[in-house]
Amino acid sequence: MPVLEDVGNVAEVTRSIGTGRFGAYGGRYVPETLMAALLELEQSYAEAQADPAFREELDGLLKHYVGRPTPLYYAKRLSEGLGGASIWLKREDLLHTGAHKINNALGQALLARRMGKQRIIAETGAGQHGVATATVCALFGLECVIYMGEEDMRRQELNVYRMRLLGADVRGVHSGSATLKDAINEAMRDWVTNVRTTFYILGSALGSHPYPTMVRDFHRVISIEAKRQFAEQVGRNPDVVVACVGGGSNAIGAFYEFLPDENVRLIGVEAGGRGGALGEHAARFQKGSGGGLPGVLQGTYSYVLQNDAGQVAATHSVSAGLDYASVGPEHAMLHDNGRAEYTSASDDEALNATKVLARTEGILPALESAHAVAHAMKLAPTLGKEKNIMVNLSGRGDKDMGIISRELELGGAPAENRGTR
Amino acid sequence: MPINFSTKPGIVVYLTAGDPSLEATYDIALAAIDNGADVLELGVPFSDPLADGPVIQRASERAVGRGVRLSDVLELSRKIREARPGAGIVLFSYLNPVVRTGLKEFCKAAKEHGADGVLLTDMIVEEGAAYIQHMRENGLQPVFLAAPTSPDARLKVIAENSEGFIYAISRVGITGTQDSVESDAEQLVRRLRQFTQKPIAVGFGISNAQHVAAVGQFADAAIIGSAIVSLIEKSEPGMEAEAVGEFVRGLRPKQDSSGVREGSHEPHEANPHSSTGNLKGHGFSRAEKPSQTTGASAPEVA
Repeated sequence: MPVLEDVGNVAEVTRSIGTGRFGAYGGRYVPETLMAALLELEQSYAEAQADPAFREELDGLLKHYVGRPTPLYYAKRLSEGLGGASIWLKREDLLHTGAHKINNALGQALLARRMGKQRIIAETGAGQHGVATATVCALFGLECVIYMGEEDMRRQELNVYRMRLLGADVRGVHSGSATLKDAINEAMRDWVTNVRTTFYILGSALGSHPYPTMVRDFHRVISIEAKRQFAEQVGRNPDVVVACVGGGSNAIGAFYEFLPDENVRLIGVEAGGRGGALGEHAARFQKGSGGGLPGVLQGTYSYVLQNDAGQVAATHSVSAGLDYASVGPEHAMLHDNGRAEYTSASDDEALNATKVLARTEGILPALESAHAVAHAMKLAPTLGKEKNIMVNLSGRGDKDMGIISRELELGGAPAENRGTR
Repeated sequence: MPINFSTKPGIVVYLTAGDPSLEATYDIALAAIDNGADVLELGVPFSDPLADGPVIQRASERAVGRGVRLSDVLELSRKIREARPGAGIVLFSYLNPVVRTGLKEFCKAAKEHGADGVLLTDMIVEEGAAYIQHMRENGLQPVFLAAPTSPDARLKVIAENSEGFIYAISRVGITGTQDSVESDAEQLVRRLRQFTQKPIAVGFGISNAQHVAAVGQFADAAIIGSAIVSLIEKSEPGMEAEAVGEFVRGLRPKQDSSGVREGSHEPHEANPHSSTGNLKGHGFSRAEKPSQTTGASAPEVA
C-alpha cells in the first residue's frame, strides 16, 4: 500500500516535544497559515512542561476541581456473572463533567491562559469534550466557541444545553455527515481565520503535532494512577487494559504507562457499528475491504476510512464519540508494531453492555465506554480467574439516555427490560 | 516552461475539476486560457476541504458526489494540455487523494498528463522532502503556500522550494471572496522578495479587476478562485464557459496584449483607474513601483 515514504527524514524545524512522529505516522499536514500557530503552541507547551508552577497548578485543579484520582473499582458482580477474569473499572466517569475529556481541556486551557489567548474554540462529537471545554472556559473567564455536527447535536442534545448554560456559543455544522469530522473541519477553518487571537483546544489525540503528544500527556494521569492503584490493590499490573478508541485519547492515556510492560495486553475497541461495509462502522483497523488505509486527514498521517479514490468515507456508530473516520497516529503505530491490539464492538454489543453494567454494578456507562465493557465481557470468560482486566470507563451515560431509552425501548418496556436481575 | 507570467499582472484561474462536469470544466478551462489566464489550477475535489470557504466546499461536494477522482483530473489535464500547449497547468489537491495514489506514482502521472506544477494544500515544506524529490525527478514544479503568519525563516524555505511561482495567501482565513484585498498581502510579498526573485502570485479573496490591478502593483500574478467557482455555480447550465471567458477577459486592462496566445480574443477594457478610490485605505499605494521580475523566467528544475 502506498505510504508517504521517507517521511521521517525531513528538514527539522523547532521540534521540542519529541518529533511529532509515531513510526511513520503523525507529522504536520496543515495549510501554511496554521504553521506559525502550531510552532508557537509547541514552544509554549515545552516551556509549560518545564515549569514546575504549571504542573503544580494543573495537579491542584485536577485534585480539587476535577476530582482526581479516580477510583479503581473491582466489578465483582459483573466478573462473577461472566465466570472468568476479574474486571476492574477505572472510573473516569466520576470526574467533573462526566468523562476523561476534562483532563485535557483543563491542561490546554491553562496553556491558553499562559499564552495570553482569550478566545477558545473546540470541536465536539459526543459533546463531552465540548462540555469540558465550556467548563474550563467558564472557570477561567475565556470566550468559548464549540463546533458540533448537527447530527451529534440532535443525538446528544443534553450536552448542547449544558454547553450553552456554561456560556459557550455552540455552532452547528451541517456539512458532510454533520458529525465529528465535519466539526473538526469547521473548527480548523475558524482557527485559520482567527489564528492570531484564538487557541484551539483539540479534544482527542489527533491532528497535527504537537496535539497528539500534548493530548496524550494530559491523559497519562489515567495510567499513572491505575498502575499505582493496581500495585496497591492487587499487588501487580493488570493482565489486560481495555479502552474504547474514537480519536483515541482515553485509550492512549490508559495505555501509556503500561507500554514498557510488555506482559500487559493493551486492547483498543473501535466502533463496529452495524456491519463491516464501508460507511457502516468506524473500525479504522478492521482488516480487509471496508477497513481503513493509511492517509492524511485533518493534519495527521494515520489510518483513515476512505474509498479507493482517497475520499474520506462516511462512518456510523451508535456512539457519537467513536463516530470518526481516522484515529490518533500513536494508535496507528501501536497497531502496526503490534504493541496494542485493536478490535471492535457493534452497536448492539455496546447497548447490551450498557444494560448489563447498569444492572450488575449500578453504573451507567457512556455508549463510547460501553464498547470497552462489551469487549471485556467477551474476553473475561476466556481467561482464568486469576487474571485481571482493567476497563477504562471513560465516561458516564447520562448524556445517552435519549438513545438508550429508544434503542432499549425503556419507554414502553418489554418484559426483558423490566428490572429483572 | 509553460508557467510564465509574460503579461503583468499574470492571471491564475482556479477551477474545481468536475463541477458542474468534467466536460464543462474542459470548456471552461479553454475559455479561461483563451481570454487571458496564464495558469490554470485544476482543483481535485476532496471530501474534507478544510482550507476552503463555502463556495469551493459546495463545488467540491458536488464533484465528489458525481464520483470525480484524481485520475479523472489527470485525464482532464492531458486534454487541456493537448488543446492549449502554451498554458500553465497546476494540479491543486489536498494530500489524501495523492497519498492514496502514491506520491511517486502521482508525480509520474502528473508529468505524463501534461501538468507543469502541483500545489498540495496541506503539504508544508518540512514534510515535503520525498514529494519535492519526486517532483524534481519528473521535471515538475512544486508550488508552496506562503501565509501572512509565516515567519521570515519559513518564507525563506518556502521560496527556496517553490518552483513556477510562490502562492502568497492574501490574508489569514479560508478561500472566499471579500470586498477588499487586505494589506497583509503587500507586506507578505515584500517579505518574500527578501529571499527570492521567483514569481509571486497572490490569492484568496481576489474577485474583480480592481483587486487584480491592486495585486499587480506589488506582485507578479493574481489568483482568482472562489469568484469563478461561484460564477460557474450561478451560470445557466451550458453557459459556464462563456461566462467565465467574459469574466477573465474583464480582469485585465486592455494594454496587456503581450500574452496573447493562439485562439485568444482581444481582452476587453477593464479600467483599473476607476478603482483608485477603492484601493485607498486598504494599504495599497498606486505610486508604489511593482517589484521587478515581470516575466522572470521560471526557475530551472532538474
